[in-house]
Amino acid sequence: MDDKQQEKPGSATADSISQEIEALAVRKLAEKFPGLVEEVIYFRGEITVLIPKDKVIEVCTFLRDDPDLRYNMMKDMTGCDYPEREQRFEVIYQLYSLPYNQHIRVKARVGEDEPMPSVTLLWHAAYFQEKEAYDMLGIKFVGHQGLRRILLPEDWEGYPLRKDYPLEGYH
Amino acid sequence: MSRSIEDSTNELAGYGLMPSPNDQRQIVDAQHDIFKQEVTLNMGPQHPSTHGVLRLLIDLEGEIVTKITPDPGYLHRGMEKLGESMFYNQFIPYTDRMDYIAAFTSEQAFVIAVEKLLGVTVPERAKYIRVVLAELQRIASHLLWLGTHVMDIGAITVFLYSMREREAILDIFESYCGARLTLNALRVGGLPQDVPPIFKEKVREFIDGMPAHLAEYNGLLAENPIFLRRIKGIGVISAEDAISFGLTGASLRGSGVNYDVRKAAPYDAYDRMEFDVPLGTTGDVYDRFLCRMEEMNQSLRIIRQALDQMPDGPVMTDDVHIAIPSRDATMSSIEAMQRHFIITLKGFTAPAGEIYAGIESPKGELGYYIVSRGGSIPYRVHVRAPSFINLGAIPHMAEGEMIADLVAVIGSIDIVLGEVDR
Repeated sequence: MDDKQQEKPGSATADSISQEIEALAVRKLAEKFPGLVEEVIYFRGEITVLIPKDKVIEVCTFLRDDPDLRYNMMKDMTGCDYPEREQRFEVIYQLYSLPYNQHIRVKARVGEDEPMPSVTLLWHAAYFQEKEAYDMLGIKFVGHQGLRRILLPEDWEGYPLRKDYPLEGYH
Repeated sequence: MSRSIEDSTNELAGYGLMPSPNDQRQIVDAQHDIFKQEVTLNMGPQHPSTHGVLRLLIDLEGEIVTKITPDPGYLHRGMEKLGESMFYNQFIPYTDRMDYIAAFTSEQAFVIAVEKLLGVTVPERAKYIRVVLAELQRIASHLLWLGTHVMDIGAITVFLYSMREREAILDIFESYCGARLTLNALRVGGLPQDVPPIFKEKVREFIDGMPAHLAEYNGLLAENPIFLRRIKGIGVISAEDAISFGLTGASLRGSGVNYDVRKAAPYDAYDRMEFDVPLGTTGDVYDRFLCRMEEMNQSLRIIRQALDQMPDGPVMTDDVHIAIPSRDATMSSIEAMQRHFIITLKGFTAPAGEIYAGIESPKGELGYYIVSRGGSIPYRVHVRAPSFINLGAIPHMAEGEMIADLVAVIGSIDIVLGEVDR
């Protein structure tokens, strides 16, 4: 693959506009949890914050309930595997604020054998989606009532969306 | 309650007597006890009302549903894993196989997400053609929903009529790209070809005739007391719960939440279209039914505007690193021929980064979360499948209802199993 044309993230003009609009969530997070946000990424008008996994429930509750933010809908939740990292999984929450029509992406890193706090108490939608993330990547959500495989058969071996799982499967 | 039904019948058989009134009562009591026991029922994966291969485990107490556990996955093909091994344009036909009832919007979501990742702008004409085709696809999908949903409840006639109109839409798709269901009608950066000259005329003919057909369906259903008794007050979900479950599309709007991606984050040419977003009030099956019926009317409005405003011009972006050259260009210029080979064999290079983009598909918000680490192959492709997420709310909607109403609830959230299982 040719990587020469790779663009540096955060160079487009749309990103600077988004920085102004979306700064509210980042600023509020910095006020409420000083030094907690590990990384803020602006790309293509979207904002991503990286937080430690132990604080996921606190941060998500704050984002959901703060009257100026109201990220009351969890649109999407998934995981991504980076096997070269010490904590190989990233859990990605795509939050949406219906009252203010704003998006924010919250990410947390978690290792293979580490427990990940479940957000099923914050959003009902997490019940199905955490099951899927467990099914596909083997991320163990603590506090989830009924963490079992959902798409694959119960006796399936391995977690298909891990990068070390072969495309054609095990035979 | 000391005697079982067997004891009573044995005793009666032994004496050869008619049962006394007391015994009769005890027999009835014993039978009643049997019916009071909880029964676990397995519905699907082969069941006509599950609209595919959905399996539901249902706990029943008499006719009342006490617990539902959906068990999807019978159509799982590992689309997300496959997406990690191919070029962006190669993944488009796979998206057709997810929501196969609305293949066009399924592709549109992926293509718009990749265009956002690349930062490429699409020509105006392509945007308008996409709007026309997407709204036609929405009507086709809603017609199939209408036919199957009301057939599950018992009104069979509408199915035959709605298939007739859907056929006309599939003919329009066939005239555009040669395919009827799995279209492969989009490319990153625009469209593979312009619409045929007869296209506008055909679409106009369809949208002129459609209001009369919608009136026909309404005549059969909207004032039909049997149909209304089956769907009013069934499968209620409050606005708060609907948001918490992440419902989108007509399933969310039926509960009165005004959220439509075409209004909230307009893509393609929707920012220039005038249309209303129909909303329900109580969030029952009836409200979701009304929302979808009205959405078809609004789609006709959008198509009319898009046809009127559609400008002339190219349908593929002029960015030579992304655009697949047209057939004419490849046959007449050597540069276009070389580009054609390079883009087909090596793909195009995307910048590193991650994006999420969603569109309003007929089922709800269909979104793609794409992670790129540079190169021509995505690192991770995740589908926010509205059918999968809406399915999660079925237990909440249908628990406490009668088993016959469960069928109405499944129909009312309009799932397609290709998208649930991916």
